[in-house]
Amino acid sequence: MNVKSALAVLCLAGIAGFAQAQDPNIGRNLAATCANCHGTNGKSAGGMESLAGEPKEKLLQKMADYRSGDKPASIMHQITKGYTDEQLDLIAAYFAAQK
Amino acid sequence: MLNRRDFLKSAGAVAAGSSLVGLSGCAGMGKGSGGHVVVVGGGYGGATVAKYLRMWSNGSVNVTLIERNTTFISCPMSNLVIGGVKQMQDITVSYDNLKSKWGVRVITDEVLSVDAAKRTVTTAANGTIAYDRVVLSPGVDFMTDSIAGLSGNEELIPHAWKAGPQTILLRKQLEDMKDGGVFAIQIPKAPYRCPPGPYERACVIANYLRQTKPKSKVLVLDANPEITSKKGLFTKAFDSYKGMIEYRPNSELRAVDAKTRTAELEFDKIKTDVLNVIPPMRAGDIATTSGLPLINNRWVDIDWITYEAKGVPGVHVIGDALFPAPTMPKSGHMANQHGKVVAAAILNLLAGEAPYAAPVVMNTCYSFVDDKNVIHVASVHQYDAEKKQPMPVAGAGGVSAAANEIEGKFALAWAQNIWADMLS
Repeated sequence: MNVKSALAVLCLAGIAGFAQAQDPNIGRNLAATCANCHGTNGKSAGGMESLAGEPKEKLLQKMADYRSGDKPASIMHQITKGYTDEQLDLIAAYFAAQK
Repeated sequence: MLNRRDFLKSAGAVAAGSSLVGLSGCAGMGKGSGGHVVVVGGGYGGATVAKYLRMWSNGSVNVTLIERNTTFISCPMSNLVIGGVKQMQDITVSYDNLKSKWGVRVITDEVLSVDAAKRTVTTAANGTIAYDRVVLSPGVDFMTDSIAGLSGNEELIPHAWKAGPQTILLRKQLEDMKDGGVFAIQIPKAPYRCPPGPYERACVIANYLRQTKPKSKVLVLDANPEITSKKGLFTKAFDSYKGMIEYRPNSELRAVDAKTRTAELEFDKIKTDVLNVIPPMRAGDIATTSGLPLINNRWVDIDWITYEAKGVPGVHVIGDALFPAPTMPKSGHMANQHGKVVAAAILNLLAGEAPYAAPVVMNTCYSFVDDKNVIHVASVHQYDAEKKQPMPVAGAGGVSAAANEIEGKFALAWAQNIWADMLS
């Protein structure tokens, strides 16, 4: 491998790493998909549960219970199954950090 | 033409009477460090982009929202106005908070053209406005000419598929209809805005007629071969209005006679008392006249990471105007979700960073089957790097087990929360 192609590989790795892992706003972006019902940044405008400031572990447990069916739901059992564990973790962390 | 100084003046005037967010935004604007985004259309998609760009940039990105109407009137929930359950004021929201709380410059105007090379939009009343990036959220426009006799007669034969005066018109016609009258609704072939909406409308109108004019008929003339959304649940709902609702699949309208409110199908002519024709539709005119790439000559073809029209850098398109990804509905909820993906992508691009490469969107749609009971459909769509578009997650999403009152309350709370998410 010559120097030029080695540099190209390094650059590609850098770009991919940046886009995949280092965007600091992935949790924010994912949590925003919940805001239609639960309010901007998880602060409900009424009639739905607020998620802002809830402990992360509590939120994760709730979503796990919706997924497994342990906690009955009208719709959340269907929605939580659409997200990966990593995504739910990021979402719960984002809401937990909201005041 | 609005020049930069005028813009800063008006933006400053907005910030002067506003909260801290507006003021901090003003400081950023003075330096012009964050860039200027023009958003065309203040519906579910456009209003969301405008607010989220301001919120997520801490006011450092300037946002101009150009919208024809002076207030936001919601299509979701407008069937309840038509069914006599809600009033227009219940589905109308002001743009004031976007201006005062978020520092969005809101202009009541119409965009006539977009020049992607020069990065400008030309408006009817405010001249030419320059942008760093533009977001088009134009919704749909109707292909009225595809049904003979319809064009120019939209007051006699309302669509009521854009909420506003048309909503009031259809409500008035139903109020004026005699007991024993025939109400007919034409549903266009998919894809169209709000797949379950026409079936919901048939139900809430039947609910109204059953209480007030029980000899009347509701005729559902569906151009599609079957109910296009929540089929099992709507079939049950229609059964609960037995003798009143009649559902006819494969019933595409060829022509109408406006004077007699007659609907002409291929082999049938039906005389009605109130005729509600939802015409075939396509992306809003600004998308189709701006030279953007279209699929089937109707819907905009986009890159699903940045939502830029394919081959047109800097021009992002969201909402109902898009050629939909598989099973992705044209809904207000989905447009709001697109708006957040685009806001995040634009902020990264303005900062010279790569946009998030795996955006997620989801949809929830509640439909009333009477004045209290509701059914939902939900889905989650994850970006598929191989297919280069969002795909529905298998095993996720679904519909209600049965119509129920609890979801009736959730539906109203959904509206309150999504309107606040866009506009408060």
